[in-house]
Amino acid sequence: MTTTTIKNPASKTALRHWKGQRITATLIVIFTLLILAQLVFAKGPLGYELWAGIFSPTWMRLLTVIVVLGIAWHAWLGMCEIFMDYIKSAGLKSGLQIFTALWLLGSVAWFVSVLWKF
Amino acid sequence: MTETTNQSKPNRPEFRNIHAIKDLTTYRMPAAAIVSILHRASGAILFLLLPLIAWTFGKSILSEVSYTSLTSIFRDGASFLPGWFFKLIAISVIWAFLHHLCAGLRHLIMDLDHSKTSKTFGKSSAQVVFGISLLLTLALGAKVFGFY
Repeated sequence: MTTTTIKNPASKTALRHWKGQRITATLIVIFTLLILAQLVFAKGPLGYELWAGIFSPTWMRLLTVIVVLGIAWHAWLGMCEIFMDYIKSAGLKSGLQIFTALWLLGSVAWFVSVLWKF
Repeated sequence: MTETTNQSKPNRPEFRNIHAIKDLTTYRMPAAAIVSILHRASGAILFLLLPLIAWTFGKSILSEVSYTSLTSIFRDGASFLPGWFFKLIAISVIWAFLHHLCAGLRHLIMDLDHSKTSKTFGKSSAQVVFGISLLLTLALGAKVFGFY
């Protein structure tokens, strides 16, 4: 393994984003397989008992919150990449980023409140 | 898809080869290109639908009553919209998620191994992504709608 030293701060940020996208992606894949297996291999039609039972242990609520935060960070990085590709105006880009941040924060808040309410 | 604002300086020759309507429709799109653009489109759609997904998750988990009222929409519809319409939306979101996930896994495999960034692997893996994501969508969709 050769190690490369990156001096440019912008490149460091880009690498951090690249890694962040992949780390959160891996987390989401593992979490999805965990849920998917419990649903697809369940006996008979799904019901509230089984569905709520998956998320009721405290560790599962905590894990779900972590994954939701991971999804928000993943979506943030992805949306920024889309804006970088298609939006040239700096002002419009900032506006869209503010919208994205609020959209994601709102969704995360909703998920977290629900996971601690049921 | 690509629509950039024209801010090029005068007197400088400009070479643009993509016209969204005239050219994009005549582009030859190999499987890898279709997976790629759908990866981006599904990601953007999932982002836009995230509040709806959060709301649906909340309804499904909050109580037995809210769970039943949510699942009854798939059977009876809501206001003037029939049940199959909501089933169609649900299955579309499931497919968007699973396609995005499988296409992302394909990228992770390519990140890990240089030998995987070849034309042949690009094509075969793209076809596998379509196959697996559709199969998983059918399996999960059938389960959610109570077929097995």
